[in-house]
Amino acid sequence: MFADWPILSLLIWLPILGGFLVLAAGRDAPHVARRLGLAVAVATFVASLPLWFAFERGTAEMQFQELASWIPAFNVNYHLGVDGISMPLILLTTLITVVVVVAAWESVKDRIAYYMAAMLVMEGLMIGMFAAMDAVLFYVFFEAMLIPMFLVIGIWGGPRRVYATLKFFLYTFLGSVFMLVALIWMYIQSGSFLIQDFHALQIGMTAQILIFLAFFMAFAVKIPMFPVHTWLPDAHVEAPTGGSVILAAIMLKIGGYGFLRFSLPITPDASAVLDTLMIVLSLIAIVYIGVVALIQSDMKKLIAYSSIAHMGFVTLGFFLAFYIYSNTGDWEGASLGIAGGMVQMISHGFISAAMFLAVGVLYDRLHSRQIADYGGVVNTMPWFAAFFVLFAMANTGLPGTSGFVGEFMVILAAFKADFWIAFLAATTLILAAGYTLWLVKRVIFGAVANDNVAGLSDMNRREFFLMGVLAFFTLLLGVWPAPLLDVMNATIDHLVAHIAQSKL
Amino acid sequence: MNFEIPNFLPAVPEMFVLGMACLILVIDAFLPDSRRDVTYGLVQATLVAAAGLTLWLMGPETVLTFSDTFVKDPMADILKIAVYVTSFLVFLYARPYLMERGIHKGEFYVLGLFAVLGMMIMISGHNLLTLYLGLELLSLSSYALVAFWRDNSRATEAAMKYFVLGALASGLLLYGMSMIYGMTGSLDIAVIAAELVAADDSLNIPLVFGLVFLVVAVAFKLGAVPFHMWVPDVYDGAPTAVTLFIATAPKIAAFAFLMRLLVEGMGPMHADWQGMLIILAVLSLAVGNVIAIAQTSIKRMLAYSTIAHIGFLFMGILAGTDSGYASAMFYVIVYAITAAGGFGMIVFLSRKGYEADQIDDFKGLAKRNPWFAFIMLLLLFSMAGVPPTVGFYAKLAVIQAAVGADLVWLAIVAVIFSIIGAFYYLRVVKMMFFDDPQKGAEEPVQPSGALATALSINGLAVLLLGIFPGLLLSLTHYAIIG
Repeated sequence: MFADWPILSLLIWLPILGGFLVLAAGRDAPHVARRLGLAVAVATFVASLPLWFAFERGTAEMQFQELASWIPAFNVNYHLGVDGISMPLILLTTLITVVVVVAAWESVKDRIAYYMAAMLVMEGLMIGMFAAMDAVLFYVFFEAMLIPMFLVIGIWGGPRRVYATLKFFLYTFLGSVFMLVALIWMYIQSGSFLIQDFHALQIGMTAQILIFLAFFMAFAVKIPMFPVHTWLPDAHVEAPTGGSVILAAIMLKIGGYGFLRFSLPITPDASAVLDTLMIVLSLIAIVYIGVVALIQSDMKKLIAYSSIAHMGFVTLGFFLAFYIYSNTGDWEGASLGIAGGMVQMISHGFISAAMFLAVGVLYDRLHSRQIADYGGVVNTMPWFAAFFVLFAMANTGLPGTSGFVGEFMVILAAFKADFWIAFLAATTLILAAGYTLWLVKRVIFGAVANDNVAGLSDMNRREFFLMGVLAFFTLLLGVWPAPLLDVMNATIDHLVAHIAQSKL
Repeated sequence: MNFEIPNFLPAVPEMFVLGMACLILVIDAFLPDSRRDVTYGLVQATLVAAAGLTLWLMGPETVLTFSDTFVKDPMADILKIAVYVTSFLVFLYARPYLMERGIHKGEFYVLGLFAVLGMMIMISGHNLLTLYLGLELLSLSSYALVAFWRDNSRATEAAMKYFVLGALASGLLLYGMSMIYGMTGSLDIAVIAAELVAADDSLNIPLVFGLVFLVVAVAFKLGAVPFHMWVPDVYDGAPTAVTLFIATAPKIAAFAFLMRLLVEGMGPMHADWQGMLIILAVLSLAVGNVIAIAQTSIKRMLAYSTIAHIGFLFMGILAGTDSGYASAMFYVIVYAITAAGGFGMIVFLSRKGYEADQIDDFKGLAKRNPWFAFIMLLLLFSMAGVPPTVGFYAKLAVIQAAVGADLVWLAIVAVIFSIIGAFYYLRVVKMMFFDDPQKGAEEPVQPSGALATALSINGLAVLLLGIFPGLLLSLTHYAIIG
């Protein structure tokens, strides 16, 4: 019954227009801004549920399609649709936005209406990006979301916010303009900006490699991969809690989504040639960045580095496909790696959001993110400590939590490719356990470190609710990932079948 | 030789503007200083009426008249309307600025109207002489406008520079035109093109020389590197109200001038001028964007940003395809609208005895007036080419033209410099939103009614045209391709 409704347009424009409404109505009335912002976020979340329930499993077709002419001069259309890859990411976006809006309730004091508006507008833009079937539409959303994020970090961020936000903007902008040239080149070849038409395009090897590199610039910066990851720790440390959550939980996924939507299907031959590079960079992210995370003294920075390491798993899972195929002639393993990467993205959305929220909870109380300023928090905040330990375990990939599923699938796929890749990938289980548990030990356990910690009060109902929601999804996905895999399977199989065909 | 009565109809808007300009000049002479608003009102009414006339006469066919020296085609109609709209905005923004400084003189508007007439003739010129006359009418009015604040020594200096270099450029242009006349035996654009097609393919040195002079002269007028030296000085020295004028509408006319001369006239020599424009485009993009970073004056920064935009404009034209010309046309119209808003913001922040021409003057604007900080944000992101503002589609269009002409490397050079460019636009955004206001300028600012409305519409237009770019893009495609 929902298939004909313009749900995707609603999901894009409800938060954007709602954001401006919050701005207009709540500028001088913080209470109005908060309540209205929450109402819009919840309404969007509810409106996104039909996507999950009415989604037709077992087909790789784009669903909930909408088509309208937009720029006839360039054959650009307002063309929306979702498949098994984008639909879960849209649901993640709507859910995380609710979390972010609630998290800002008390912790953002300055210009709350603007903050809520920026978050809601960003939500609409991100959903638009996931739902776009037209390359120009995709690019417009992809770039436009930089503007609210730029402002969020710059206005509500920490002491070095200006440096961090400029770096964030310029890095992402740098990556994406090359993609624009590549998209235009393919438009000249195919006469259309429809992404599916790009998939069908026959491209020569040199051109494929150049296009692959252009996409790589855009998505590797976004996800981020070693060595273009350096903006992320800065942006995370300086961003306000909500900004960090959006960045880690959704924005990083855009890079992974881009690899699946553009790089792999458009340039499969170049991906096959350059997969060693991608695998090596992913392994560096997993091992080297994991080691870097060990020595961080700032909690947010530690989680930021852990995000990069976890995203290394995502890219590893995606690009193992060709390696597995050339080793075993088996595309099953390829599907496993890609599905593992997808599960890892969704799971990381919940876990990283929860970790950044947890740091936010502490920061709201003591205004410090330094690990050294804490210790023995469990004595004063037992509930908080319980959740923190749960998410820390999920971050290390403990079975039963969502963190385990994705990593397990990717490592399994890696074994089909090469023992040493699997071996290096599996070191993450040790490294992640190292930096996460050491963090837990220093912050949560031990004796009460100082008077500040002694005076801490446990989580209030709002914070408890946030943590509870995220814990629920982390555990649900951990013990019962089948529904998610069901949704993605057909699309991933189709993708793998597609990239198995050479386009030369 | 028998005399034919020419068809006056295609030139009715020009004749109307000319008549009104003379009439307003006379009326203004009899008005006391306190009633300059009558002049202002009449000038704006003239622009509106001219727009009405142009719309009324608009048609898909190309009409030549006055012994083929004057052309009216869809491109001319649309560009003229763009000129009226930009000039209307400019006069609207300029009025409070002039009033506060006691230089609210009728001459400003009358000279402005003559400049508009010059632009209209440039847009519709179909003969080297008509084109030249239009250009001179525009240039002479502009020199006088820059010098028009007599008591201001910087303005006078700027006017002098502008005049000397402008005269040099005019000389070069005439020299080039004379060479082309010598080789083709005609001043008529269409005849020149036909002669060039008929000529054999061997290298014709005098023609190429003539072409070089034409290109150099146009580069001078547009301010493309390496002929850009006057741009920052004149933009900075001229009163902001005048900078507003010379930075916007004349670029639209210059685009038409380039189209008539290079594309319609010298079109068969595309291979020759393409190389020249590539050099100008790359240099303009590089110098404009890099040097803009070092500026502390917002007027100079916008001057260098204009130079960079000219580089993008060339990219569309040098592609040598219809869609390239259409994209350049789209680019120039978008540029004019955005630049009008940008300079309008400087007017809005300035007060009597205080020119807000430093970038630092934008510090903390989000605290002093959030709405106009948002408007300026839209304008800056549009200049930087970030969606969803219309500036993005302008860049998309010209890059598409360059890639379509197999100039992928040029497209890559352009996007690299546009990243560098993004930095200095972002710096202004950063000052508006992340910094605190300067000492002594903490109080909120609120522009007067008309200025506030027009600036808001201008800024929102940049956003709305960005969300619905199809209409304007289709218009420019219709203008060029039909």
